Amino acid sequence: MNTHFWSVVKRDIKIGWQGGSTSSMVVAFFIIVVTLFPLGVGPEQSVLARIAVGVIWVAALLACLLSLDRIFQADYEDGTLDQYALSRLPLELIVIGKSLAHWLTTSLPLILITPVLAVLLNMNDAALLPLIYAMLIGTPALSLIGTIGASLTVSLKRGGVLLSLLILPLYVPVLIFGVMAVDAGISGIGSNASLLFLAAVTLFSFAITPWVSAAALRLALD
Amino acid sequence: MPWCFFVTVTSMVVGLYWGLFIAPEDYQMGSAYRIIFVHVPSSYMSIFCYGFMAVASAVGIIWKHPLADQSARAAAPIGAIFTVLALFTGSLWGKPMWGTYWIWDARLTSELVLLFLYFGYMAVWGAIDDRAKAARVAAIVALVGAVNLPIIKFSVDWWNTLHQPASIMKSGGASIHPDMLWPLLICIVAFNFYFVTVLLVRIESQIINRQIRGLQIRMVEEKDDG
Repeated sequence: MNTHFWSVVKRDIKIGWQGGSTSSMVVAFFIIVVTLFPLGVGPEQSVLARIAVGVIWVAALLACLLSLDRIFQADYEDGTLDQYALSRLPLELIVIGKSLAHWLTTSLPLILITPVLAVLLNMNDAALLPLIYAMLIGTPALSLIGTIGASLTVSLKRGGVLLSLLILPLYVPVLIFGVMAVDAGISGIGSNASLLFLAAVTLFSFAITPWVSAAALRLALD
Repeated sequence: MPWCFFVTVTSMVVGLYWGLFIAPEDYQMGSAYRIIFVHVPSSYMSIFCYGFMAVASAVGIIWKHPLADQSARAAAPIGAIFTVLALFTGSLWGKPMWGTYWIWDARLTSELVLLFLYFGYMAVWGAIDDRAKAARVAAIVALVGAVNLPIIKFSVDWWNTLHQPASIMKSGGASIHPDMLWPLLICIVAFNFYFVTVLLVRIESQIINRQIRGLQIRMVEEKDDG
C-alpha cells in the first residue's frame, strides 16, 4: 500500500520535470506575471513595496491554477486513471498523492523563487520571512482545493475556463489570510493568528478534498 | 401554484407599502433606510437559495432523485438574481450613508464570492451535455461552495468592518423597532413565496422542455425508420 502510494507521487514528480518540464514553465509564468505589475502600475518604489505581497500571492494563485489541469488530464486521456481506479489503492489516496506531487513540482519552486521577486518588487525586508511561512502553510491548500476543480472538469473538452470559475472563489480564504499574515508581521502584531487560520484552511481542505475529488473522478470514469 | 402566486403578490404589496409609506422615518438616516425592505430580504434569500440548492444537491446525490437535481438547477438563477439585487441595493444605500458605492468589506466581499459560486454552478449545467452527469457534477460544486455560507453569515461578527452586525436573528431578540420590524418580516415572507412560485414555474418548464426534447428525438427516429 505504502510503496504504491509513493510510486504514484514519484511518477507525477518525474513527469513534472520531464521533457517540456511543465514545472519550469509554471515558474516562468509566475515571474512574468510579477514582472507585468511594475509595467502596469509604474515603477515607483513605494507603490511597488505597498503591493508586493498581494502581487506575489495573486501570481502564485494564477500559476497554481494554470497547472491544475495537468493533474488528471493526461492520465484520464491515456487510461492511467482507469488503472488507478482498478488498483488496490483507493482513489482518495491517489488524489492525496497527486496533490502532494503537484505541490512539490509547482508551489515549492514558486516559494524558492519568491525571495528574488521580493527584491525586484522592493518588498519590505521584514515581510519576507512571514511571506515564506505563509506560502509554505497556505499553498498545500491550493493544490488540494485545485484537485476538486481538476477532477470535476477532467472529462470536459474545454474545461479550463470553467475550472477557474469554480476554483478561484474557493482560493479567496487562502489569499486573505496569506496577505493578512504578512501585514501583521510587518506591523509588529505578529503573524501567528493568520498563520493558524491558514493552517486551518489547509487542514480542512486536506480532510475534505480527497473524498470530493475521488467522487468526481469516479463520476468521470463511469 | 395560483395560491402561492396570490400570497406572493399580497404580501409583497402589503410589506412594501407598509415599509415604504407607513413605517416611520429613521431619526438619523431619514427615508434612505427604507431600502432595507428590499435589501435585507434579498440578501437573506441569496443565502437561502444557496442553502436550498445545497440541500437539494445532497438529496440528489444520496437518493438519486431527478426532481431534486431539477429543483437545485432551477433555484440557481433565482438565487443569483437575489444576490445581484442585494449587492445593487446595498451599494445604492452605501453611497449616501458610507460615501461610497463599494468597499472591500468582509460581508460585501463574501457576498460577491457567493455570486461567482452561482455563476460557476450555472456554468457547469451549461458545459456538460449529458444531463445525468451534469446533475452529479453540479451537485458536488454546490456542496463544496456551501462552505461559503457560514462565512457570509458570521463575517460581520468575525471581522469588525463597516457593514452593521445582525439585528434580527440574534440572541436576546431583535434590536429593531416593531414599526420597522413587521413590514420587514412581511417583505421577507413575500420574497420567500416569490422564490417558491418562480421555482415551481421553472421546474415545470424544465420538465416540459425535457419532454419536448424527447418527443423531437422520437420524431426524428420515426422519420429515419419510415
